[in-house]
Amino acid sequence: MQLTRRHVLGLTAGAAAFAVAGVQITPAFASAEDAEKLIMDFTGGATAAEGKISLTAPEIAENGNTVPVSVNVDSAMEGDDLVESVIILADGNPNPAVATFHFTEMSGEALATTRMRLAKTQNVIAVAKMKDGSFFMDKKQVKVTIGGCGG
Amino acid sequence: MHTRRDFLQYALNAGFVLGAAGLGANPTRALAQQKLTQDDLLKFESKGQVTLLHFTDCHAQLKPVFFRPPDTNIGVGAYAGVPPHLVAEEFLDYFNIEKGSPSAYAHTMVDYVDLARTYGQLGGLDRTATLVKAIRAERGEDKVLFLDGGDTWQGSYTSLKTNGMDMVACMKLLKPDAMTGHWEFTFGEDRFLELVDAMGYPFLASNIFDAEWDEPAFEHTAYFERGGVKVAVIGQAMPYTPIANPSWMFPKWSFGIRPEVLQANVDTARAEGAEIVVMLSHNGFDVDRKIASVVSGLDVIVTGHTHDATPVALEVEGTLLMSSGSHGKYLGRIDLEVKDGKVAGYSSNLIPIFSDVIAPDAEMAAKIAEVRAPYEDEMQRIIGRTDSLLYRRGNFNGTWDDLICQGIMEERDTEIALSPGFRWGTTLLPGSEISIEDLYTETSMSYPAVYRLEFTGAQIKDIMEDVCDNLFNKDPFLQQGGDMVRVGGFTYTCTPEASIGQRISDMRLSGSGAPLEADKTYTVGGWASVNEGVEGPAIYDLMEDYITKKSVVSLDPDAAAVRVVL
Repeated sequence: MQLTRRHVLGLTAGAAAFAVAGVQITPAFASAEDAEKLIMDFTGGATAAEGKISLTAPEIAENGNTVPVSVNVDSAMEGDDLVESVIILADGNPNPAVATFHFTEMSGEALATTRMRLAKTQNVIAVAKMKDGSFFMDKKQVKVTIGGCGG
Repeated sequence: MHTRRDFLQYALNAGFVLGAAGLGANPTRALAQQKLTQDDLLKFESKGQVTLLHFTDCHAQLKPVFFRPPDTNIGVGAYAGVPPHLVAEEFLDYFNIEKGSPSAYAHTMVDYVDLARTYGQLGGLDRTATLVKAIRAERGEDKVLFLDGGDTWQGSYTSLKTNGMDMVACMKLLKPDAMTGHWEFTFGEDRFLELVDAMGYPFLASNIFDAEWDEPAFEHTAYFERGGVKVAVIGQAMPYTPIANPSWMFPKWSFGIRPEVLQANVDTARAEGAEIVVMLSHNGFDVDRKIASVVSGLDVIVTGHTHDATPVALEVEGTLLMSSGSHGKYLGRIDLEVKDGKVAGYSSNLIPIFSDVIAPDAEMAAKIAEVRAPYEDEMQRIIGRTDSLLYRRGNFNGTWDDLICQGIMEERDTEIALSPGFRWGTTLLPGSEISIEDLYTETSMSYPAVYRLEFTGAQIKDIMEDVCDNLFNKDPFLQQGGDMVRVGGFTYTCTPEASIGQRISDMRLSGSGAPLEADKTYTVGGWASVNEGVEGPAIYDLMEDYITKKSVVSLDPDAAAVRVVL
């Protein structure tokens, strides 16, 4: 499966906007390699560093069909210290691309929240692209459980 | 000849010791009671300006109970072999408790039946009321905060029949300053809110958000002035309530641990001038041990949910962690000396409520009698007798659940039975009659249907692995509390230190010893499903029929279905 940035990118507005990836669903589950390839496409081969970006997601999903996730990038949002876009990937879904958020100086801060479906326990990955050409990444495993015996 | 002083010594920060004090190998109950007094239990090195009293996980037990502590309580990874993951002799050694002493009886299952007959039952909310009043009188009301950690409203015949109002009415007399919770939500959103309105003190939860708008659903922090010190109390409800319990009963609320929210609330409390920040938590012990290391600025965590009882508060990364047991057996106390906005000293003690040596508080005793009166005759109705010790608590099995699995397999005609690993439910001594009240203490809940379904061997394995990971994941933030699901009709091997998918092996049918086959279908009965619309008889009705037919029950506590590989 080939995914280009065009598939994942959506529209942008004054504030952060997102587009749920509307590409075809493949029957097989994606692998970490598929997610890795999408990251490489996004960064143009550059390595994404740790720091600056923080991803917030539940440790265990209450409902795998609608899992809340937030990203926040520490940035002045002006000049070169500007977040241009953030992609969110889920490396165990049939299609790992979840959403792309675009930001401008008008956004004020690089903060976005959405909900996604997770097919099983997997890593959720967020990568931020800065105007100066650097990239930052955060990753969190979210467990999807059968549930039901605590007490 | 020993004096009372010899009998009971409190060692600051090192666990208090109820010394042997001349008790022989088989002390008589009369001797034990003569030795132990209410004053002994209240003896405490009072300190500083603030006293925190912590009461948690009583599971609606208004009357004194027998409760056998676990024989197995395994910690994994960094949490192996440290409190609260110590049982029996290891526990006694760690906390320097004399074997055979009252404290040994309260905290371990060593010589449980003998010591139970010697020292009698623990708990009873009227006894707790006596202690709370005595401590408020000694310290002055203006120094004491009384905190209810939750799991207070569920777990008895009367709490089920009154939908929790019995507990609200009785707890009100103790004048708690705040509460958080877990099973409280299983009365459903409407009833929960009605009862919170009736309490007259705040229900605090930093980690419950409106599921649609992602906004805080409850007050998260309450501020108090105690002994001239500004104290903030932040509530934390059971993070996995919508996963461990039926979320369709409270669909508007989303939970989770939300450590970043907690940190923000701690920071806010400090900014508001709080000198002491306390978390009133229903996270469970290991989750809170990790919280103490990832959230800064918490002076004290009073923790519940996992029903662990430690004789004193433990220091974890500069935070005091007090875990006050369950079923009304204990009252936790921490005194804090506050200087320049910091804890400069403390003393702590988990007071065991020996029901035979503490005078019941008259006001509470009358209220308990009042809420029980309409149901007293039915609760006392005897349905059978047990030859064996009936208990529930333990990581893998207990005789109460063995009995329940047998009942389900027989009454629903299934090959296999599953019984949830609840940590609530009390103990009956060998030779006891089994009353309706005893049965409901093990089964009282708002989603009691016993299902009968067909699962493949692979599905059964998946369920077992999933539950086992909730218990033994090396990251405590992924632990939900509770114990391993109990099984009937098959045996298995469990390797707690392995990872998900690798812990359960060698599943074999009990009768034939034949391995469970992945693609073969088996009939399975179980109760307390979190799904909506489950059909089947209520577990308490099914078990009443089963025990009545059996008349006398007899279980082999050594006939464990699980081989544990450590």
